[in-house]
Amino acid sequence: MNVPAPNSTAPKLTGAEKIDVTITAIVPLNDLVTRFEFKRSDGSLFPTFSGGAHTVVEMQDGDRKRLNPYSLMSDPANRETFAISVRRDDEGRGGSLFMHNKVKIGDPMVISYPVNLFSLDLRARKHLFIAGGIGITPFLAQIKQLVRTNGNWELHYSCRNASLGSYVDELTQKYPHSVHIHYDDEKDFIDLENLLHGQPIGTHLYVCGPKGMIEWVRSTAGAAGWPTAHIHYEEFLAPKPGKPFAVRLAKSGVTVKVGAHESLLEAIERLGVEAPYLCRGGACGQCETDVIESDGAFMHRDHWLEDEEKALGVKIMPCVSRFEGKTLVLDR
Amino acid sequence: MNIQFNDETFRDDYSFKNSQRAIDRFPFPFHEDSYMYSVNMEQHQGGPVDSVYEKRFDVDEHYVSEMRDREMVLADDPLRCQSLPHMTLAGWDLLELIMVSKSEDYPELFELHREGANWHWINKPLGIDDRFVFMDDTTLPYGPMEYITRQTQGDFCVLDQREENLWMDAGIVTTQADWSLDFDIGMNFFEWHAPVPLAHEKGIFKRALKFLLNIQQGAPARRLNWTMTVNPLLDTSPENYHKWGVQKMSLTPQNLAEKQYLRVELQTFFRLPRSNALVFPIRCYLMSFKDIVSKPKWGRRLHRVVRDIPEELATYKGFIDNRPMMLEFLSRYDDGLPTSFGVWPDSHTEPALIESTS
Repeated sequence: MNVPAPNSTAPKLTGAEKIDVTITAIVPLNDLVTRFEFKRSDGSLFPTFSGGAHTVVEMQDGDRKRLNPYSLMSDPANRETFAISVRRDDEGRGGSLFMHNKVKIGDPMVISYPVNLFSLDLRARKHLFIAGGIGITPFLAQIKQLVRTNGNWELHYSCRNASLGSYVDELTQKYPHSVHIHYDDEKDFIDLENLLHGQPIGTHLYVCGPKGMIEWVRSTAGAAGWPTAHIHYEEFLAPKPGKPFAVRLAKSGVTVKVGAHESLLEAIERLGVEAPYLCRGGACGQCETDVIESDGAFMHRDHWLEDEEKALGVKIMPCVSRFEGKTLVLDR
Repeated sequence: MNIQFNDETFRDDYSFKNSQRAIDRFPFPFHEDSYMYSVNMEQHQGGPVDSVYEKRFDVDEHYVSEMRDREMVLADDPLRCQSLPHMTLAGWDLLELIMVSKSEDYPELFELHREGANWHWINKPLGIDDRFVFMDDTTLPYGPMEYITRQTQGDFCVLDQREENLWMDAGIVTTQADWSLDFDIGMNFFEWHAPVPLAHEKGIFKRALKFLLNIQQGAPARRLNWTMTVNPLLDTSPENYHKWGVQKMSLTPQNLAEKQYLRVELQTFFRLPRSNALVFPIRCYLMSFKDIVSKPKWGRRLHRVVRDIPEELATYKGFIDNRPMMLEFLSRYDDGLPTSFGVWPDSHTEPALIESTS
């Protein structure tokens, strides 16, 4: 129906539905990682979710609103509590520092409904998980889901050292035969080629961790002949700072100056212009925006656009990509 | 609301009929005097009171008889309901979605009592009172998807999402506009839409897929689709084309008003929480031309749409041969007056038909 019922609205484009929550626990796990637990402020239950889903956490940091995605790492069947684990990034743009330094038990916050861009392929005969550092979080929820449905899985988890191994003790105690821990400082690295070689047909491979690790796992599996459809990865990019630049929003009829430490998407939102988004990390494709006119260079950083599209300069993903040059006009 | 359930048939003697209430709330699909494909999605978060958009799963006067017809179709052809092995979790998701929605939206008809995994489901119109263990397939008489969709109007496609595509990996399809689940099972979004004319060229499916892949939990969507059916048949399947296809030739100028039906599908889309699958319920509403022209605006507009629709679409929708006869009837209800924008009948504001004197 192009003409909807009088009291209905067009599909909502700006992010997933929101949930009002209260911080109920803050649990430091080690020097870098802290777990934050939420309950719904109205006392009702959370929706269930599928392992691998993330939530976008809204942070009111002074007069600045940050929206950062974090994997849900709690048990998907636990509808009382949602939990995320946040690694402190002292060099980052400040979202993790806000969570670590400013959030207190009892604080109200807003998070989004679960969105899954890193779903299990339920056809898999076996799920092989490769985690690096804080990349363990989506697997924690997926493991809980698979344990409940008698799924076949195996985890190889690489950490810098024992003191930074978040959830290592819990995992090795509960699943001693399925979990394999590797510590960099012991020069114990995942023997990936051998590991992949020994997998039964129908195994799906999942990797979450630093960029280099994702590339290593994807290329090693590809070279070993694994089908692309059996290799799953999730990498949220944080927007990177850059030179300030101006952009004209043609539909809205405004010009906005994007600051050095804000993303193009954040600058658009700051002006009150509604722009679609989901992951805010260059992965989901929801914020894709048409370029009407440009004179300058694009800094495309997303995983969404094809290389040819990036080269043409006719589309941009404002959540992570930037621009340097004289003129940029967007269809927004 | 007190629903009087009809005792009616969708085959043989075709005793199906729409009450005045059903006519008033019919989801007329044309918002203007012409038709072309579009993605035409909107949020499925309620709608006007008593409209078919109000509840998550609309239950109407045809409920009990439609479920009886589904039972007959399944008895004749069990392949109308299929679920590939990895889709059982999605089946439980769907069972939960429907039971929770119906018990909240129609508490006088359906009850759901939950104590942990021990569930108690009461369906009063169908006289069902079952206790079972949620997520334990052995405690239900059918798989979870089949169990709940034998109690819910409309066809259901349960689509797995992977590789940036949707896959028709489970469903129950007994009230369809000439397509076959048994043929489409395991196909992806582009494969099962391959027979549709014009829309591919217009990029409709690429855009539609992109939209569907991004439907999120808590934000279901809906759209309408339509076709034409002779006689109030729910099961217009390819499997049974030899039974119903020939009925299209039984149309005469004398019986057309009562025998020719506009068939409207209310299609909704929900993200399923545990499986991350997408469920696509396709709910069929039938209304005879006679009942349609009882609303002056709908009569005027249907004539213009049928008259001006491209030949490829009239062929694909299966009414090209009967179009001249349909137009002969419908033209009597089109006096050329302009119609108001939008799908609603606007019965109180649209002028009555000016009868032709010639």
